[in-house]
Amino acid sequence: MKTPAIAAAAPLLALAALPLLLHSDFWLHFAIMTLYLALLGQAWNLLGGYGGQRSFGHAAFFGTGAYAAALLQLDFAINPWACMVLAGGFGAGAGAFLGALSFRYGLRGSYFALVTLAFAEVFRIVADSVPFTGAGVGLQIALKESVADFQFPEKSGFYAVILALTAIATALAWWIENSRFGAALVAVRENEDAARALGIDVDRTKLWAITLSGALSGCAGSFYVQYFLYLDPRIAYGVEVSVTALLVPLIGGVGTVLGPLVGALALRALNEASSAMTGGAPGLNLVLYGALLIVILALLPDGLISLGTRLRRAGRLSALGHA
Amino acid sequence: MPRHHWSVTRRRVLGSAGAAAIAAIAAPAILRAQAKTVKVGIIHPVTGGVSYSGTQSRAGALMAVEDVNARGGIKSLGGATIEGLISDAQSKVDVAVSEIEKYNEAGVSAILGGYASFICMATTQAAAKHGIPYVVDVGTDDRIVSGGLTNTFRFSPGYGVFVGTAVSALRDINAAAGNPAKTAIVVHEDSAFGTGTAGLLAKELPGIGIEVFEVIKHPTPTLDFSNIVLTIKAKKPDIVIPANYYNEYVLLARTMLQQKVRPKAIYSVLGGGASQYKFVKEFPEAAQYIMDCNHWYNPKNPAALALKKRTEEKGLFYTYEVFLNYTAAMLLADALERAASSERAKITEALAASTWAGHFMPYGPTKFEHGQNTGARAVNLQVQDNDIKVILPAEFANAKPVFPVPA
Amino acid sequence: MLDFDILLPAILNGLSTGAVYALVALGLTLIYGVLHIVNFAHGSLLMLALYGVYFLYTLLGVDPFAALPVVVPAMFALGYALQRTVIATASHGREENILLVTLGLSIIIDNLALYLWSADTRTINPSYGFSTVDFGIAFIAVPKVVSFAGALVATGLLWLLIRRSDLGKAIRALARERRGAELVGVDVDHVYAMSFGIGIACVGAAACLLLPSYYVHPGVGESFVVIAFTVVVLGGMGSFAGALLGGFIIGVTESLGGLLLGENLGRIGVFAIFIAILLLRPTGLFGQRA
Repeated sequence: MKTPAIAAAAPLLALAALPLLLHSDFWLHFAIMTLYLALLGQAWNLLGGYGGQRSFGHAAFFGTGAYAAALLQLDFAINPWACMVLAGGFGAGAGAFLGALSFRYGLRGSYFALVTLAFAEVFRIVADSVPFTGAGVGLQIALKESVADFQFPEKSGFYAVILALTAIATALAWWIENSRFGAALVAVRENEDAARALGIDVDRTKLWAITLSGALSGCAGSFYVQYFLYLDPRIAYGVEVSVTALLVPLIGGVGTVLGPLVGALALRALNEASSAMTGGAPGLNLVLYGALLIVILALLPDGLISLGTRLRRAGRLSALGHA
Repeated sequence: MPRHHWSVTRRRVLGSAGAAAIAAIAAPAILRAQAKTVKVGIIHPVTGGVSYSGTQSRAGALMAVEDVNARGGIKSLGGATIEGLISDAQSKVDVAVSEIEKYNEAGVSAILGGYASFICMATTQAAAKHGIPYVVDVGTDDRIVSGGLTNTFRFSPGYGVFVGTAVSALRDINAAAGNPAKTAIVVHEDSAFGTGTAGLLAKELPGIGIEVFEVIKHPTPTLDFSNIVLTIKAKKPDIVIPANYYNEYVLLARTMLQQKVRPKAIYSVLGGGASQYKFVKEFPEAAQYIMDCNHWYNPKNPAALALKKRTEEKGLFYTYEVFLNYTAAMLLADALERAASSERAKITEALAASTWAGHFMPYGPTKFEHGQNTGARAVNLQVQDNDIKVILPAEFANAKPVFPVPA
Repeated sequence: MLDFDILLPAILNGLSTGAVYALVALGLTLIYGVLHIVNFAHGSLLMLALYGVYFLYTLLGVDPFAALPVVVPAMFALGYALQRTVIATASHGREENILLVTLGLSIIIDNLALYLWSADTRTINPSYGFSTVDFGIAFIAVPKVVSFAGALVATGLLWLLIRRSDLGKAIRALARERRGAELVGVDVDHVYAMSFGIGIACVGAAACLLLPSYYVHPGVGESFVVIAFTVVVLGGMGSFAGALLGGFIIGVTESLGGLLLGENLGRIGVFAIFIAILLLRPTGLFGQRA
């Protein structure tokens, strides 16, 4: 079921108006983090949802983009805005590198998941050991609070940027649903051998998908650096990013345009709710995420976004007198 | 247990922030209630890799808040009590920064704590964004006070002072024993404090005739020191110089004992476990004769000893985290008193002009330059007879150095 | 620098840790060999078992080695229940989902531990904890020597179980030919759950042997899961001999890596092997094509 363009665009347009209504820093931060999660999730979705290549190591791309953005502005005095574009490039590069190796050696399914995890860990270890990346000390961006330096005195500035990025990612997802490339990608996901028999260049298709996915993840990494002004190997390449990247689309609706947005909202809301209940004790929110993942896999494999369709279908069936 | 006059509230995001949000949507200005309390954010890593230190730190800070409120609060503010809003940095920078943002939302007048350098570096900056005065409790990285942040104040010394004191003390101790020490290996933890300290040591030690064989780094946490100790065993340095946090320090010392590696001295600089009663009590054999250049209280000051007794009565060890946090909180209370205001900018001004002398630290006169108290001093200690003694400087010493370690 | 004096003790240390890795990997390779489940929750279950051993020691004073008869059956029961209830139902038998379900389980277990017991690292301090056995060229800590012996014994027992018992026969039959096994009356669901249970029981044994010379915190599962997978993939999915050999190789690699490259970079050797095997020889040393 393809998402029509208007259904994809409407929520984003509505979100654009949000800062006009909200003045609270708290809610703006909530909205920013939700969109950030959606971006991360959408990036994973391109490769894992539409492409069916489920990576457990998306941090490899995110972290590379983040470090690129941080190092380019700290060591090479490159303008932070340009750094975001370059971060996307580095993320894409990481994606292409990982993809070229994995796909060329025919890794699929669980093996692919494991190799991506291993790469993310290798990157983390290297970043942790090498003085260039600040090793264990991490990198801190100096507080500047000027738009030219990609730091906004008001949160609404950050909101605008992340909304734009998420809109681009969503547009990419929509394009994939409606393009030949996307059709080829889905064909590869469904049955690689059949796709190859149809004349699709399977390796190239997968490679493009992972490169795009890497580029978006890299941009997300760069945004993180600008918003939090601090980066270390655990934040950049740790398991938390990789797991979040896959939880968001899986819970929201994998392989759909709006799934990642729904998933991001669900996870973020769950996060705040559990924080309030436990007074901020760490861990509980992730327990809920894990439980939600299992419940979704068991009962709602198409994600939260399919809840509407399911309920409607159940309603129709019962109206017709079926169980 | 003394009766509590203060309230300590855990931050509840949805609670007060949600209420603030509703107020924000409904009305442009948030009305502040009449200040019967001054809100101070107290943040420490009470869970995670440096949790022991975080917990000790928090205890010290809260004892000070208790004392201030018990003696009538901030008199210039009509007896307003200090309301400490405590939070857990979880030994993670991103979590700590989020907590600072929440403090801003809650309208704190000042923030105290951080403990670890790697946390303080980010939290002071996050607080600076909102102009909140920040008193660093321990965080010895000198970049914390040299980054140009006008909101940041540190009463205790940074690792520059420690390395300077440690190196000249070592030169004197070595000379007094006939210069038996000529080589060293430095073992440090890999975050801001350890890396910075080790870097300085590697630079300064050759100047007093000590060759540094190797500088070995390790992450926090590290739970197996077999390989590092093997390397030390192979290289046979005269001195081993650790600069790390409590758990790793203890494990290193114990592993060295286990593998029968006995250098002429373990001479730590800001050794996480060295000047720690907990270590001395639990592992006396491993702790015996370890020398340290670290934070310490004036052993001749009755107020310091009274706090020690009180801390031990609570079932806690009297560690540097406790008395440094106590002191930092009292510094803040004094500034609040002189500022006669709960406004952030006025408190910052008061801190910058502080000449506070009501403390029990072995320091010179208080004077803040770029956020650093120039009166702050380091002290040399050694574990002797299952107790921690001050061996230098002479004016505070209650024992003589034992060097080299008897065979 | 690379003299025998320090290389040999490092290798011996590596062998003793490697034996425990082998024990963990044995469970994982059994689970994969029979159920074709890539059990992502393996490390988390090890972490859970470690906490179990820790609390038995600190709250009830039970020595970790003496805790074996308690922890092993408990972990077996947990494994059996998990497979029968959660994994089988939630994944609907689809392979791509099984990995995700076990991932979900690992997230739940890891973070439940974080929430309940905080992120502090816990160690125990038994009286023999820092004593050493003098091997002439090296002092090896007593717990490490015991865990080495224990792991070998456990491997032997497991091998006996699979090769000589009726259950073992059923397991092997099921692993090789599910339909055929069903037809001759093997209760598939039960034997699947038994296999998973045995695999997790191995993890319980490993925890008892590991804690005296190691530590536990909620993140330990994460680091173990990759080590376990590396060993299994290196040895070959489904091969016991492979898991044992692989365990030793990885243990020694990790130890030498730490010695030569430092504590920060040392781990890279293990991952490098992991990636190389996955890319170049995914069947590992002794594995068959999945």
